[in-house]
Amino acid sequence: MDPLMLSRWQFGITTVYHFLFVPLTIGMAFATAGFQLAWYRTKKESYLRLTRFVGELFLINFALGVVTGIVQEFQFGMNWSSYSRFVGDIFGAPLAIEGLLAFFLESTFLGLWIFGWGRLSPRLHLVTIWVAAVGSAISAFIILAANSWMQHPVGYEVNAATGRAELKDFFALLTNSTALITFPHTIAAAFMTTGALLTGIALWRLIRRRADDEGAFRTTAKVGATMLLVSGLLVAVTGDIQGKIMTEQQPMKMAAAEALWTTEQPASFSIFTIGSLDGSQDVFSIRIPNLLSFLATGTLDGKVEGINDLQTQYEATYGAGDYTPNTAVTYWTFRLMIGTGILAALAAAWFLFGLRKGRVPGRFALATAIALPFLPLAANSFAWMFTEIGRQPWIVFGLMSTASAVSPTSSTFDVLVTMIGFTVLYGALAVVMVGLMVRRVRDGLPPAVADASLEHDADAALGFGY
Amino acid sequence: MELTTVWFALIAVLWIGYFVLEGFDFGVGILSPILGQTEPERRAILRTIGPVWDGNEVWVIVAGGATFAAFPEWYATLFSGFYLALFLILVALIVRGVGIEYRNKRGGAVWRQRWDIAIAICSFLPALLWGVAFANIVAGVPIDAHKQFTGNLITLLNPFGLLGGLTTLLLFITHGLVFLALKTEGELRNRANGLVTRVGLVTAVVAVAFLAWANVQTGNAASITVAVAAALALIGALVANRVRREGWAFIGSAVTIALAVVCLFLALFPDVMPSTTDPAFSLTTTNAASTQYTLTIMTVVAVIFTPLVLLYQGWTYWIFRKRVTVQAAPAKP
Ligand code: HDD
Ligand code: HEM
Ligand code: HEM
Repeated sequence: MDPLMLSRWQFGITTVYHFLFVPLTIGMAFATAGFQLAWYRTKKESYLRLTRFVGELFLINFALGVVTGIVQEFQFGMNWSSYSRFVGDIFGAPLAIEGLLAFFLESTFLGLWIFGWGRLSPRLHLVTIWVAAVGSAISAFIILAANSWMQHPVGYEVNAATGRAELKDFFALLTNSTALITFPHTIAAAFMTTGALLTGIALWRLIRRRADDEGAFRTTAKVGATMLLVSGLLVAVTGDIQGKIMTEQQPMKMAAAEALWTTEQPASFSIFTIGSLDGSQDVFSIRIPNLLSFLATGTLDGKVEGINDLQTQYEATYGAGDYTPNTAVTYWTFRLMIGTGILAALAAAWFLFGLRKGRVPGRFALATAIALPFLPLAANSFAWMFTEIGRQPWIVFGLMSTASAVSPTSSTFDVLVTMIGFTVLYGALAVVMVGLMVRRVRDGLPPAVADASLEHDADAALGFGY
Repeated sequence: MELTTVWFALIAVLWIGYFVLEGFDFGVGILSPILGQTEPERRAILRTIGPVWDGNEVWVIVAGGATFAAFPEWYATLFSGFYLALFLILVALIVRGVGIEYRNKRGGAVWRQRWDIAIAICSFLPALLWGVAFANIVAGVPIDAHKQFTGNLITLLNPFGLLGGLTTLLLFITHGLVFLALKTEGELRNRANGLVTRVGLVTAVVAVAFLAWANVQTGNAASITVAVAAALALIGALVANRVRREGWAFIGSAVTIALAVVCLFLALFPDVMPSTTDPAFSLTTTNAASTQYTLTIMTVVAVIFTPLVLLYQGWTYWIFRKRVTVQAAPAKP
C-alpha cells in the first residue's frame, strides 16, 4: 500500500471515530443544559438527579471527543501537507478561529461547570453549561464551513504565480450555501443521536428495573423519543434541500449515490439493488418512480444526469482522468444513512406509543431499545463516508485532487505505524468508554446533591470532579 | 510593523500561553505518583489541575491552527517533517486526557494506579518532546528547495535537541512543583515546597546551558538579554519559594518559561524554520506566510477574542483560587 492509500484510510478512520463522539457531545451538552434549566425553574429533585446522570454520561463521551479532535487538527499538516500548502490561506483561518472562539469557550466553561457545583451561584452555574453547549454548536458551524469549502469552494482565487489558492472573501466562506444547509442537517443529526441514546437508556431502565425512579426515566424516555422524532423530521427536510444543492454543485455525487450510469428524465430511486453497480449488467432493484428526480431537482420529472455523461463533461473541463467515485460505496452509504435514520425515527414513534398513559413497553422492546442508539450513530458515519468519498477524486472539488494533496515526505512505514497505532489505541479507548457508560447506566440516578459537598464528596464515583 | 511580524509575535504568544499553562499541568501529571503517597493525596494533586487542564490544552490547538492560517508553509513543513515525534505527542496527549478524566470515574485501586502511571508517562513524553521540537526548529533542520524536511526522527534526536527537551521537562517539573506548593496544604504543600529548590537548581543549570548554547548558535543582543532575564526570574522563583511566597514563586516560574520561549523566538526571527541544507531554503516569516487579506482577518479576530479568552480563563483561576485539601479516603473503593 502506498502512503496515499494509507493516509486516506488513516484520515477516514480517525475522523469517523471523532465523529462518533461529536454528535453526542453536541446533543448531550444541550440535553444536560435543558435538564438543569428544568431543575432551576421547577426545583424538582428528579431534574437535578437527571442533570447529574446525563451530565456524567456527557462527560465520559466528551473526554474522547476532545482527545480525538486534537488528532484531527494535526493531521492536515502531518499527512496532507501539500493540501495544507495549497489551501492554508483559506482553510487555516477557520481552524484557528474555531479554536479561539469555540474550543476555549467549551473547555473552560465545562471545567467551571464540572467543578463549580456549590461554588458558583445556581444561576451562574446554569449559565456555564449553556455557554459550553453553545460553544460546541459554534465549533460545529465553523468546522462545517471549512468542510463545505472543500465541497464547494467559494470566495477564493488561485494565484497564477504561486499556484496557491488565496482567500478573497471570508464572509463568502462563512455564508457558503453548502455550509448553511450542512449545519442544520448535522446539528439535527446530532440531536437524533442524543435522543436515541436517552431513549435507549431510559427504556432499558424502565423495562429491566421498573421500580427504580420510574418517573424520571419515563420523562427521559419521552424527552428522548420526542427529540429523536422531531429532529428526524428536520434531518429529512434539510437533507432534501441538501440533495438539491449537492446536485447543483456536485452532480457526480448524486449520480453516484444512485449508481445512475445514464442520464434519466424522470429518474427513479432504488431502495436496494442486487447485483453489480458498475453499470456493466442488468440488475434487480426495487424502485420508486420519480423519487430521484424529486430529491435532486425538486420536480417529479426533472432530469438527473448520469455518470457516463458527467464523466465526459468533466474530462472536457478538467482533462483526462477518472472522475467517478466508488459507486458501490456511495450507493450503499447514502441508503444506509437514510435507512438507519428512518428506522430510528420509527422506533421512537413506536416507543412513544408504548409509553402512553403510564404504560411501559414490554420485554420484547428491550432489544430494540438497546440497538436504538447505534442506529443514528451509524447513520452519521455512513453519511460522512458518503459525503467525503462521493467527492473523490477531489479533495477540494474541482481544484485539487486527493492524490496530489498527500505529504510527499510520508513514507509507507510512517503512515502504517501511525495508522495502526491510532486504530489500536482508539479501539482500546472505545472499550473503556463503553464500559464506563454501561456502569453508569446500571448504577442509575445519582442522589440529589448540588452543593459544595459534591466537589469534596469522599465517594468519587458519585462526584463529577475528582 | 508588518502583519507577518505581528503574527510571528502572536504565535510566540500562543506557545507562551501553552507552555506556561500546560507546563504546570504536565509537571503535576508527572509528579502525582511521586509526590502523592496515598490515594487521597494523588487525588488532591490531580484536583489542582482538574478545572483548568483542558482549557490549557486548547492553547496548543490554537497555536497549531494559527500557524496553519498565518504561515501555511511552516505548518506544512513542520507537521509533516516532525511526523513521528508529533505522533508520539498525540498519543500521549490522548492517553493523558482520557486518564485525567476517567481516573476517578470508577473505584478500584488497580484501575487508578494504572491511570496514574499512564498519566505520568504521558505527561513526561510531551514535556520532553516539545522541547526537542523547539530546539530543532531554532537550530535548523535539513530542508530542501521544495520546502520539504529531508530528515527523520533520528535527525531530531541530536545533542542540542535533547538538551532542549531536558530543559522543558525540568522547567515544567519545577513549574508543576511550585504550582502544587501554591495550591495544596499541609504535608503535601511542604513536600512540594521542599523539592522546588533541589529540582530548581538542576533546572537552572540545564536551562542556562541550553539557552547559552542556543544563543551561541543564532543569538542576538535581544535574545541574550531575555535569556539572562529568564535565568534571573528562575532564581527569583526559587528564592520566593524558599521564603514561602508561593504566589510570587509561581509568577517567577511562569515568567521564566515565558522568557525562555521569547528568547527562542527572538533567536529564530526572521526565520521560522531555518534550513541547514542551504540558508536560501529557509522558511521565513515572509516566504511561509499567508496573504495580507487572510492575515488582516485573522488579526481582527485575534484582537477581539484573545483578550476575552484571557479574561474568562483568568476568571476560572480566580474562582478556583482556594487551596485544595486532601480528603479522607473514599468510602466506597
Ligand atoms: C459537526 C461537528 C464537528 C466536526 C465535523 C468536527 N468536529 Fe471536532 N469537535 C466538535 C465538532 C466537530 C465538538 C462538538 O465541538 C467537539 C467534540 C467533543 C469536544 O470536545 O468538542 C470537537 C472537538 C475537537 C477538538 C478538541 C477541542 C478541545 O480540546 O476542546 C479539536 C482540536 C477538533 N475537534 C478539531 C476538528 C477538526 C480539525 C475536524 C475536521 C476534520 C473536526 N474537529 C471535525
Ligand atoms: C468538517 C471537517 C472535515 C474536513 C475538513 C474533512 C476533510 C477531509 C480530508 C482532508 C480528507 C482526506 C482526503 C481523503 O482521504 O480522501 C477527508 C476524507 C475523509 N473524510 Fe472528511 N473531513 C471532515 C469531516 C469528516 C467527518 C466528520 C467524517 C466522518 C465522520 C469524515 C469522513 C471522511 C472519510 C471516511 C474520508 C475518506 C474518504 C476517502 O479517502 O475515500 N470527514 N476528509
Ligand atoms: C431523509 C433522510 C436524509 C436525507 C434526504 C439526507 C440527505 C443528505 C445529503 C444529500 C447529504 C450529502 C450532502 C453533501 O455531500 O453535499 C447528507 C449528508 C449528511 N447526512 Fe444526511 N440525509 C438524511 C438522513 C440523515 C440521518 C438520519 C443522519 C444522521 C442521523 C444524517 C446525517 C448526515 C451527516 C452527518 C452528513 C454529512 C454532513 C453534511 O454534508 O451535511 N442524514 N445527507
